Amino acid sequence: MASNAAVPFWRAAGMTYITYSNICANLVRNCLKEPYKTEALSREKVHFSISKWTDGKPEKPTLRSDSPEE
Amino acid sequence: MLRRALGLLPRPIAAARARSFSTDLPAAHTADATFMEAWNKVMPNTDPPKTPLSFMHPRPPTPSSIPPKLTVNFVLPYASELSTKEVDMVIVPATTGQMGVLPGHVATIAELKPGVLSVHEGSETTKYFVSSGFVFIHANSFADIIAVEAVPLDQIDANLVQKGLADFTQKLSSATTELEKAEAQIGIDVHSALNSALTG
Repeated sequence: MASNAAVPFWRAAGMTYITYSNICANLVRNCLKEPYKTEALSREKVHFSISKWTDGKPEKPTLRSDSPEE
Repeated sequence: MLRRALGLLPRPIAAARARSFSTDLPAAHTADATFMEAWNKVMPNTDPPKTPLSFMHPRPPTPSSIPPKLTVNFVLPYASELSTKEVDMVIVPATTGQMGVLPGHVATIAELKPGVLSVHEGSETTKYFVSSGFVFIHANSFADIIAVEAVPLDQIDANLVQKGLADFTQKLSSATTELEKAEAQIGIDVHSALNSALTG
């Protein structure tokens, strides 16, 4: 049985399925008509804070609001 | 050599507890008898705690004759579009082409590509454009469609679609790395699917 069936082009380029799926979803959201587009993009906004730890102590956290594009 | 291998097989199988396929398990969840006994010895007056499995609705068993309607669960990460809705047919955009699902369809798992999902109920059809996802069709005529993004066709702006298609076609010709080419190709695929959804 062929365990290496033809892989999809995105997998061959090193992209995972989740990345592919999120890219597709973002492209669709960007093609919506106006009130729906802003709703969709605001629904997908994330806002989080990251703090790196060194020597067992947290450094100053950075706040990030990644927009869904990247 | 094969005969000796076959001779070795029965021993491990008999030693391990026989595992049934998921389709053969009883539909309702029965509480574990040994747990109940142990619980009743220690706390006879209190009800035992419920396990997550007992909160789940068991899947209805596969009926012996094909049911008249297909039950569809169509979910998105942020909303449940259709929840156990009885329909006549759904056409899903699988990677292998448009797949029509009728009641009694063989159990299938299919990956979806960007395309139009249409739900046919009586004489009305509802269409959604699905960005990607999966469809799980079970043997008892239940279909679970999960998509990341699904929009009714009238929410799509044709001008943005044309612009996107032109942009990505241009990006593909100027792409250098494999990843950029893949992203441009994805853009072209999605926008052409959107285009044909609007025109077709």
